[in-house]
Amino acid sequence: MADFLVWLVWFVAVFACLGSGVAVVSFTNPFFSAIALIGNLSALAVLYLLLSAEFVAAAQVLVYAGAVMVMFLFVIAYLGGQADAPWAGGPTWQSVAAVTAAGALLLEIIMVIGLKAGGRLSDEAAIRDNFGSPAEIGRLFLTDHLLAFEITSIVLLVAAVGGVILGHHSRRDVAQRMFDEAHPKLQG
Amino acid sequence: MRGPDVTWYLAVAATLFATGALGVLLRRSPLIVLLSLEIMLNGANLALIAFARQQGQADGQIFALAVMAVAASEVVVGLGLIVAMARRRLELDVDKLTTLRG
Repeated sequence: MADFLVWLVWFVAVFACLGSGVAVVSFTNPFFSAIALIGNLSALAVLYLLLSAEFVAAAQVLVYAGAVMVMFLFVIAYLGGQADAPWAGGPTWQSVAAVTAAGALLLEIIMVIGLKAGGRLSDEAAIRDNFGSPAEIGRLFLTDHLLAFEITSIVLLVAAVGGVILGHHSRRDVAQRMFDEAHPKLQG
Repeated sequence: MRGPDVTWYLAVAATLFATGALGVLLRRSPLIVLLSLEIMLNGANLALIAFARQQGQADGQIFALAVMAVAASEVVVGLGLIVAMARRRLELDVDKLTTLRG
């Protein structure tokens, strides 16, 4: 009975995950794509829970579906969400090549996994109760993976500085543009 | 483990990765290219966590958390670039950005 319930939850989560993934790629409006990606990330968090990765599932919902997607939605709102229609005007050589390349990639991954690891994937190691709990993850981060933890903080710092520099709007540029717009005949 | 074994999770991860790759190759709006890139990263994350469960060691979950931090950084820089493009009144179309083409 419990086995059936796990399969049921798995099927619903996988259906939601793959369906919303296709929706992200196929919606013309970026706003709807971002909303579909929130559904995709939440369905993935359910799959992480089935794999007893509780802390990663919580972090997925908080960091990804929460913080990152809110930032995406702010930028889409700021830019006005211009629609681009990849399906308009029939298939071009570019779209045919894209579908072929993605299909080849999928086939390649499945072939490699099937050939190299096919027989050895069905036996799982036994796990303790605290597998994937915040305490276990925290212990690993502060003992075995301390260097990765510290490097992550540097990566985040560099990204924050880069975001500030890219979004920086220097006052001189604004003054120059206002001057140019006020005196168009002085240009050139 | 109750329910599906790791092979099924890997099939889902591969399909997600291919879906994201299709979006990156097919779409022209840089916003949707970034969103599809997130799907690819999440496909890789699902494979990492499935293998961590199969091996019974949580190191794969640590790797997945590091990937999430890198993805957040990548979104910050990518969205900063898109906003800078919009501010310079460039058209938001990755096929039109050909200044660096050799």
